[in-house]
Amino acid sequence: MLSELRSWKEIPIGGVAWKLSTENKTGDWSPFKPRIDQTKCTKCLICWILCPDMAIEWDGEKVHEKHDYCKGCGVCANECPVKCISMVRG
Amino acid sequence: MNKIVMGLNGNEAIAFAVKQCDVDVVSAYPITPQTIIVEKFSEFIADGEVKCSFIPVESEHSALSVCVGAAALGARTFTATSSQGLALMWEMLYIASGLRLPIVMAIVNRALSAPINIHCDHSDSMGCRDSCWIQIYCEDAQEAYDAVIQAFKIAEHEDVQLPVMVTIDGFTISHTLQRVEVLPDDVVKRFVGVRKPVEIEIPGMGKVPMILDPENPLTFGSLDLYDYYFEHKVQQHEAIEKSRPVIRKINDEYYEISGRRYGDGFIDGYGLEDAEVAVIVLGSTAGTVRSIVKKLRNKGKKVGVLRLRTFRPFPYREIVDALKDVEVIGVMDRSGAYGGIGGPVYVETLAAFYNSKRKPKIINYIYGLGGRDTPPALIEKMFEELPKLEGGEVKFLGVR
Ligand code: SF4
Ligand code: SF4
Repeated sequence: MLSELRSWKEIPIGGVAWKLSTENKTGDWSPFKPRIDQTKCTKCLICWILCPDMAIEWDGEKVHEKHDYCKGCGVCANECPVKCISMVRG
Repeated sequence: MNKIVMGLNGNEAIAFAVKQCDVDVVSAYPITPQTIIVEKFSEFIADGEVKCSFIPVESEHSALSVCVGAAALGARTFTATSSQGLALMWEMLYIASGLRLPIVMAIVNRALSAPINIHCDHSDSMGCRDSCWIQIYCEDAQEAYDAVIQAFKIAEHEDVQLPVMVTIDGFTISHTLQRVEVLPDDVVKRFVGVRKPVEIEIPGMGKVPMILDPENPLTFGSLDLYDYYFEHKVQQHEAIEKSRPVIRKINDEYYEISGRRYGDGFIDGYGLEDAEVAVIVLGSTAGTVRSIVKKLRNKGKKVGVLRLRTFRPFPYREIVDALKDVEVIGVMDRSGAYGGIGGPVYVETLAAFYNSKRKPKIINYIYGLGGRDTPPALIEKMFEELPKLEGGEVKFLGVR
């Protein structure tokens, strides 16, 4: 967050952080990532609602996987009613 | 000065003070002997006497969590609990102080289970002595009222920004009707003012208020590892040290509006000017000890009492100074000391004298666990016994 380590007198109190959380790409630690088969997707948005990391995006027409923030938990694939999300390595 | 006298028990006195302090959010879960505080306060809301969001929750863990969230938004917040409820808040206690949120919480002291017991001892609040909450122990309902008003000002002071616990003894203070002088609403309102969030310097953003605000987005409670956690803990250490002059100043300022003050804000002594034997005590028992001190002094005995008002920050310099000529000190602890040198007040007192290089005899009296009565006769016996002791003893007062 700060390039040079500062003393306790030079940093804001309470350990607050000020960069947007989207600036931290948190999706690089999972071995499996969801891949949505758009041809079967019914746009029910269950994956969008349930993803704990908001790593499924709804643009008004389609759902998209945001791999930069996905932790690979597989909740979306498990809950998709038509089973059109597969967890793939990579 | 306008004197308004009411008959209130300790819990009602606290609820009344909270009502006058213009609190934005109160969240609580009922627990004996605290329940009356939030029950009474929700009546004030229902009767339209106060504008405040009251958020009933399913546990104390959630109650303090709500206060944490609301306080991070800039709200003035209050909650109250006792014993097991405080134990369930444990996780949030450290979060509230670590995030530097000026929450005020009333603790109606009650023994911890097991065995289950609803009566007073201090094991609940003493257990969280290292959670970086300021702790004020009140002697009666009047002080409970006064201390709550002071607590908001202490907590929200720009040099402090820490949560404050105001404690009263379960049942002894919480449920007994007492004479309480209250201040007019507008006087209290002016005294506490509106909570002004502190400004912090953020690289690239300049000075921003330390609250959750979409205009200046901040993250509260993010990961803080070996590179900065330590620095943030030193800031907390610094903040509670800085609360010392603030507590003193607010005790004086409160005197200006009410005519009441409690010693120097930290300790309140009686008979100490020439005392050879003195007792340190906190909470409602201080009154009993004082009455015995008066009785013994009338008989020419050189005895005194030092009531401790704040346990955190611990007024070690003030104690050493007030007891500088005392030869024998009895320290009363209303909580257990399992496997330690003695109870928490005792251990801190020993440490204070160790650093002062003076070595009076200091004896620990553990008393009143689970609400065990500590009648005047027992206190008198303690004063009789004290000069005969070696120092270093841990005694159990009133046990069979
Ligand atoms: S795998 Fe988990 S984190 Fe990733 S998109 Fe699915 S629900 Fe979200
Ligand atoms: S849960 Fe499955 S069907 Fe529903 S929107 Fe997501 S991918 Fe499409």
